Amino acid sequence: MSALAFDVSHFLAGTIVLLSLSLLYQDRLPPLINIFAVQSLVLALSIAWQAQTQGASHLLITAGIELCFKAAIIPYVLYRLIRHLKIHRTVETVVGIGPTMIAGMALIGLSMALMMRATSGIGEMAREDLAFALCVILLGLLMMVTRRNAVSQVIGFMSIENGLVLAATGAKGMPFVVETFVAFSVLIALIVIGVFLFRIRERFDTVDVAMLDRFRGERR
Amino acid sequence: MIPIAAVFIVPLVAAVVLALIPVYRIAAWLNVAAALLTFAAALALLVWRPATPWHLLLVDDLNIVFIVLNTLVGFTTSVFSNGYIAHELEIGHLKPAHLRFYHAMYQVLMGAMNLALLTSITGLMWVAIELATLTTILMVGIYRTHEALEAAWKYFILGSVGIALALFGTILVYSVAQPVVGDGLPAMTWSTLAAHAAQFDPAILNIAFVFLLLGYGTKAGLVPLHAWLPDAHAEGPTPISAVLSGLLLNVAIYAILRFKMVLAANPATIAPGPLMMALGLISVLFAALMLYRRRDIKRFFAYSSIEHMGIIAFAFGLGGPLANFAGLLHMAMHSLTKSGIFFAVGHITRIKGTQKISAITGLTTSHPVLGWIFVACVAAIAGLPPFGVFTSEFLIVTTAFAQRPWLAVILATGLVISLGALFMRLNSIAFGEPSGDASPDRMSVLPVVFHLGLVLMIGIFIPGPVVSWFRHVAQLLG
Repeated sequence: MSALAFDVSHFLAGTIVLLSLSLLYQDRLPPLINIFAVQSLVLALSIAWQAQTQGASHLLITAGIELCFKAAIIPYVLYRLIRHLKIHRTVETVVGIGPTMIAGMALIGLSMALMMRATSGIGEMAREDLAFALCVILLGLLMMVTRRNAVSQVIGFMSIENGLVLAATGAKGMPFVVETFVAFSVLIALIVIGVFLFRIRERFDTVDVAMLDRFRGERR
Repeated sequence: MIPIAAVFIVPLVAAVVLALIPVYRIAAWLNVAAALLTFAAALALLVWRPATPWHLLLVDDLNIVFIVLNTLVGFTTSVFSNGYIAHELEIGHLKPAHLRFYHAMYQVLMGAMNLALLTSITGLMWVAIELATLTTILMVGIYRTHEALEAAWKYFILGSVGIALALFGTILVYSVAQPVVGDGLPAMTWSTLAAHAAQFDPAILNIAFVFLLLGYGTKAGLVPLHAWLPDAHAEGPTPISAVLSGLLLNVAIYAILRFKMVLAANPATIAPGPLMMALGLISVLFAALMLYRRRDIKRFFAYSSIEHMGIIAFAFGLGGPLANFAGLLHMAMHSLTKSGIFFAVGHITRIKGTQKISAITGLTTSHPVLGWIFVACVAAIAGLPPFGVFTSEFLIVTTAFAQRPWLAVILATGLVISLGALFMRLNSIAFGEPSGDASPDRMSVLPVVFHLGLVLMIGIFIPGPVVSWFRHVAQLLG
């Protein structure tokens, strides 16, 4: 593999991790959605680049799906949703931004140390992609636990999915699974989340899941 | 090939048909018919195992056990659901439109679980388990109460985290297999993976297994990843609680077992056993202690499911022919008993109109038949002779004493603690001054009696062919 091909894919994957990190400190919903859209866009570029270097044209379809749905349609739907719910102002964070960022960096360090050490047995490219993908997944998990707002939890989940797509496209020649789970993420995002957010809103007049906690646990 | 395909295509076709049928009575019977047909197809697989087409599907001695169990409980639950759901409609918990959705989703769930068990491709199994999870999330939220929505949301968040971890593990397994067996499907097929596992890089395989254990362990409700399970069981419709406890948890255990077999074929990897034993023991102890504080009857038995999943994980983690045999047997017995219990609980909550344990008393006085069936069910799940759960638990504990005495002591402690909780609750529910409505129960107790009968039969006498079959599978598991 040429040095250029490697550098470009490294650059794109690194950008995705960086965007994941910046998702962590957004305290308002519109920029959160924007950054998620940009991350999906970069991921689409990265998949397209993989299609080019691996000579796997079917990955271009995956890139197209990613571009259409995650970089355009889902952000648009989320925008309409938050405007409709009139919650486009603040995001509450459970832990402060400082500690969250430090935890985020620690997670990046952890996944790099773990994956780069363990994965010496597989190809250079897949190795980098797996390490970066694990960073994105862990940062997404961190985001899901530190956020209270249902919309930001959903974005956290979809960024985890971006990490998984990155891992799957980096693994050379992985069959048909990529397409199925991009389709799945669309299904989840539109059906389950759409239905749920509206239902939560309908019931509680808020999408803050902390409100749900009131009803948690046993009925007494 | 017809029976193989039928096991998952019948439910999926039935789902489409059921979504179109507006009359719930017809839909409920069609649901039963589809489940029966699926069970028949699974039984056909038992005696006649045709060559699998396209290498996408696989029937071997391991998954056939799971498939027969899955379709059997799926069928009896559909019979139970037929009576239960009519009542839910009567008292206005559900609208006819919800029922259409419910029946369609029930069949999608059955189809997805069967596909997960049948497929020979790791990725396809992941997709099927994800589909099954998605349908159960929607079903748990079907009552649209505060609690149901909260439970469904929690299940969605934790379930998707688990499923994400499992997918990452699946991708890691592919990328470790790809340099050895080449691009494409072979690197995701169970048989190829197991055959070439010895040449895989052990370090990545280790990491992959940790992700898979955590991911599918979330689905199996192992502590500390169990938080979704009690809520989902308590707030969803009772037939779904029965299917969740009896079947979906098993499917997750099956996924872990398959990957464990790949790991076992590579001597340089970590032994997966201790990890599974640790998670199992923590689950048993935690769930046994938590049983004492439960006030909701469905939540109570949900914690009992966590305990039994812990026992199963411990048995498979212990390994060896005897422990594996006991683990398989325990899994089958737990599925039958626990879904039977949820049927009985469905009857009880219907009569008493509440899920609060404190509001349900004197069942054997007000409803002798149901009351004594419930007593027998609880005795069975507590592991008392002569029921089958006793046989399997006895085997697990004695094997553990022979191999790892200290761990066996912990396990036995957990079992005794949970026994105490079960009898404390049973005492107040079944005996004493009867409370609430004493009107007779109109629903058929046939499904629960059938399950209880099977468990009793296995407890007294396990037929020879079943023993040799399970013994063979236990050897396969290593």
